Amino acid sequence: MNRARILLAIATAGLATPAFAASDITTVMGPGGVTLRSVTVDLPQSDREFPGADAAAINNNCLTCHSAGMVLRQPPFPREKWAEIVNKMIQTYKAPIDAGDVPAIVDYLAKR
Amino acid sequence: MDQSHRVPMIGRRGFIAGAAALGALHHPTGALGAMARDADEAVFTTAFPQKGRMILQRTRPPLLETPFEVFDQGVYTPNDRFFVRWHWAGIPEQVDVATFTLTVHGHVDRPLTLGLGELLAMPRIEYAAVNQCSGNSRSLFSPRVGGAQWRHGAMGNARWVGVPLKAVLDRAGVKAGAVAIRARGLDEPVVPDAPAFAKSLAIDHARDGEVMIAFQMNGEQLPLLNGFPLRLVVPGWYSTYWVKMLSDIEVLAAPDDQYWTKMAYRIPDTPHASVAPGQAGYAQVPINRMVPRSFITNLVDGAQVAAGKPLALRGLAFGGDQGVAKVEVSADGGGTWRQAQLAQDEGRYSFRQWHLAAPGPTAGPVRLMARCTNTAGETQPLEANWNPNGFMRNVVETTTLTAA
Ligand code: HEC
Repeated sequence: MNRARILLAIATAGLATPAFAASDITTVMGPGGVTLRSVTVDLPQSDREFPGADAAAINNNCLTCHSAGMVLRQPPFPREKWAEIVNKMIQTYKAPIDAGDVPAIVDYLAKR
Repeated sequence: MDQSHRVPMIGRRGFIAGAAALGALHHPTGALGAMARDADEAVFTTAFPQKGRMILQRTRPPLLETPFEVFDQGVYTPNDRFFVRWHWAGIPEQVDVATFTLTVHGHVDRPLTLGLGELLAMPRIEYAAVNQCSGNSRSLFSPRVGGAQWRHGAMGNARWVGVPLKAVLDRAGVKAGAVAIRARGLDEPVVPDAPAFAKSLAIDHARDGEVMIAFQMNGEQLPLLNGFPLRLVVPGWYSTYWVKMLSDIEVLAAPDDQYWTKMAYRIPDTPHASVAPGQAGYAQVPINRMVPRSFITNLVDGAQVAAGKPLALRGLAFGGDQGVAKVEVSADGGGTWRQAQLAQDEGRYSFRQWHLAAPGPTAGPVRLMARCTNTAGETQPLEANWNPNGFMRNVVETTTLTAA
């Protein structure tokens, strides 16, 4: 993909910052006309929070590693399943979560 | 490697101050009840660099799905519509081709650090191959299961150009007794002590001459979100093995005991990786080769067609880890099947387009199905599989239309 196309893509995406500062461009070339160009992008961030008056615990603990979107798109699960998922975040993925917040998070997720 | 990429600073709650609050990410929620309603509604985004219009499954780290209509537009999936899936949010936002390196180490005679120039100078291979997420179509599992709620768009087909992994391993000199290679990319977890994403392949598989370190996709360098500058291509196998931003290959003298190979991406060791919901105590194996699938791409659920008028159907099929031998289509819910005409063969691992003119349907609901059989004789099942992670769906899909 060439620079013009990337800029075009960025323009279409409506991002304020261009993907490339001209001085950043470096290329590595190989036989057969293969050229690789350095890339700089800005990945969008999400400021979406879990909605609701009882969302404090989930908002404080569940947005460190991933934004809320995928969690909000999960199908309804029973409480035990949510407890298992929250436990996996803590045990497997090392989520820094206060044990005291876990029941409020699980309640929030199970309440549909 | 330190100068070759930069990772954004991540605040405690994952917000970056001043980051664009993107229109596409806005979601009208307020009450908890809205969660359930929102769950199945597609939200589109054009906010991601080098990407066109995609279905937003998650912003950070990105999960972007290819809208289904893209599959009707050709046998290759354009780079800017190719699905995106990252596990950890520590994704470099800058890759400098002049300083990027790929390291090969572990159970080898000569540990290597290769720059991109050195890789580009090596003999190349090229082929088309489907890249499909293990959990593609997960949202159709019944009962529903957790994980990214993909419809059919966590797959894509591209022409890949690169260097055989075997050639790089030979250059390093794999020592006798090696059992596997473990591949890692530049992406990093965002909390301490968490398991960085890495996947391993058996040494014979890694040296089969087909597994590729790819630097081109559909004739261009890879989009950053698809793994620029290098990604592993493991043709016929699920995407979890196609490590993006590949920067480190470790040759192992003992089986990989790290989380992402040992514990994650495992399937029941049963036919179609299927178990009964709630079943326990079955053996599991790492997910591996793909299985055949096919899709009608020019008509979607709910379409209205004219009764009595021949139906021009077209779609895509792939054989999993084999070529497509045939695609059969049923316009009566699986009662009778007619063989579709296959378009040009783009290679064993590629999507294959197909066409069929079906007789005009009688008025009422029409249940269309497409069924692929691969060159090893494996056919899609008529009954959906189920497993707790929502992996490996390949049931014959049904598209329901109304003829009037
Ligand atoms: C330490 C990082 C971290 C934190 C904090 C975290 N998660 Fe996760 N979460 C992950 C990773 C890693 C995955 C798996 C990879 C992926 O989905 O991209 C994941 C996946 C998930 C999934 C998909 C289902 C599954 O089992 O993989 C859900 C749902 C989820 N997280 C919910 C939560 C909730 C609720 C919280 C707060 C209790 C939370 N996460 C906090 C890292 C984290």
